[in-house]
Amino acid sequence: MEKKELLRMYREMVVIRRLEERASELYQQGKIGGFLHLYIGQEAVGTGVVSARQPKDRLLTAYRDHGIAIASGIEPKVAMAELLGKETGCSHGFGGSMHMADVTKNYWGGHAIVGSHLPFAAGMALADKYNGSDAATICLFGDGATNIGYFHEALNLSKVWDLPVLWVCENNNYGMGTAVERASAVKEIRQKAEGYGMANSRVDGMDVLKVYEATTEALKYVRENGPYLLEAMTYRYQGHSMGDPERYRTKDEVTKWEENDPIGIFRKHLIDDKVAGEKDLDKIDQEAADEIEEAVEFAEESPEPTFEELVNSVYVEGVG
Amino acid sequence: MREAISQALMEEMERDEKVFIMGEEVGVWGGTYAVTRGFYDKFGGERVRDTPISEMVIVGAANGAAMAGLRPIAELMTINFAFVAMDQIVNQSAKLHTMFGKQITVPIVIRAVGGGGRQLAATHSQTPDVVFAHFPGLKVVSPGTPYDAKGLLKAAIRTDDPVMFIENATLYQMRGEVPDGDYVEPIGVSKVQRPGSDVTLVAYSKMVQYSLQAAEELAKQGIDVEVVDLRTLRPLDMGPVIDSFKKTNRAVIAEEGWRSYGVGAEVASRLYEEAFDYVDAPIRRVAQKEVPLPYNRDLEQMALPQVGDIVEAVKGVL
Repeated sequence: MEKKELLRMYREMVVIRRLEERASELYQQGKIGGFLHLYIGQEAVGTGVVSARQPKDRLLTAYRDHGIAIASGIEPKVAMAELLGKETGCSHGFGGSMHMADVTKNYWGGHAIVGSHLPFAAGMALADKYNGSDAATICLFGDGATNIGYFHEALNLSKVWDLPVLWVCENNNYGMGTAVERASAVKEIRQKAEGYGMANSRVDGMDVLKVYEATTEALKYVRENGPYLLEAMTYRYQGHSMGDPERYRTKDEVTKWEENDPIGIFRKHLIDDKVAGEKDLDKIDQEAADEIEEAVEFAEESPEPTFEELVNSVYVEGVG
Repeated sequence: MREAISQALMEEMERDEKVFIMGEEVGVWGGTYAVTRGFYDKFGGERVRDTPISEMVIVGAANGAAMAGLRPIAELMTINFAFVAMDQIVNQSAKLHTMFGKQITVPIVIRAVGGGGRQLAATHSQTPDVVFAHFPGLKVVSPGTPYDAKGLLKAAIRTDDPVMFIENATLYQMRGEVPDGDYVEPIGVSKVQRPGSDVTLVAYSKMVQYSLQAAEELAKQGIDVEVVDLRTLRPLDMGPVIDSFKKTNRAVIAEEGWRSYGVGAEVASRLYEEAFDYVDAPIRRVAQKEVPLPYNRDLEQMALPQVGDIVEAVKGVL
């Protein structure tokens, strides 16, 4: 991979981390409302997966969606404006943290009912196939979503109809506060694909380059053969959402995973491979921090959406 | 009416390649109510797609395909199975356009057959149309004549909004005038199906037919009933209802579903709110008794609204 692309990926991961850290502060200040699910710790999955897609490939994820939004090409200021519920936000301030999308970037959201977007992915892949395109649809979801009926109906249909969907499970070990082994009959999520005769694999989700390679291979498979399930092993450093008491895990466990920080791993790799020096990367870190500060400023200064706009967005044709 | 619905589907599929059908037994079988008989041979399995028995993914994948630019018609074998897909209908179809700031549109039609009177017992006999009409973002259409069924289904397929298109199984055998070729009836427009001057009788779907029969009987007794067909439950067009009420000052609302929180409750409230000065008698409702429908034929008919109930209600407001 070219140096420029490697540094872009590094920068993107740092931007996501800074965005989430600032979002956490803004939430505590009461400037962000509702639920806020942070992506800190899982950046390598979002950046690794999305970097491997082609522009024609559709992308969807669940409600822990800020990282995927940034990776899809949504500017941090537009994401931040959505978090603050502003008109300049990617969903006009109507969606908030859990519902970010930009269809011009082929990013179809941000969906908050667990599992509900898996059928969308099947339908989108069907549409592309119907239209004779060789685009794939990439659908990310958490380990918790693999216990809901949607997962099973969608995986089954995608295999029955040979739909070009790359199913990506971000296994962060917990569905809210319930550990995978307490909620799933099989330990490895990828095993569930076996029940549908679907090709699958597991990848270290803390190493962005491994995720990138696994996704590249899986997408090639999807375009040639049909659906595939990729399980990325990852970890979220923060609680499920803001205000999570985290009674379900120990500090030691979190510390152990933090030593395996995806940004730290990638940083070390870039330095060891002489792609960049400490100073170069520090400079990128600073640029990312500055960009997020500008994003906060932009969001705070942006106008609120109007009630009239809301009323006019219920139907395409007519008001009901 | 079956033929009218079938014609609408056939003509729209011929007109627009983006239109396709998916659902249980819509293809090789020809549709459990034979509405899509012959479609599979004519259009092939790509456009007439048999699905597994998976309502959540039938509506969900149709939502996804609609988001991606196709115009899917998702068929639910009966409206009772819509409850299995409720999240997709009320949380997704109805909300995606608004929630993502208008960048996503969902031009899906969900066809579902409902109604009682066929001894299918409690879970297969419901008329839960108001449940869907409760949600802003959905359009809910339910025709009462073959003419409207064809014209409204074409409109439903062409609109960019999600539509719940509710058919009544006992109306499939009904005969009526249907013009050949293309015509579209507008969604969200109520229609006077029979003019009259003494009482306003508001109905939709099967109760339009019952109301027309009741009006015939009442005419013999010198009572002149105006029948207004809502045709669409959301958006609800009260215009023709209020116009009629201002003339008659008396109203009865007939629906096949349960009375509580029903169409009658909504229409009566709006009449009281918007035309209170014209009220000459308490508005009456005819609806299903508050019980799950039984298998037993006589008990089922006792629970369902009948032509006689409408006749009595009309007399009651005079």
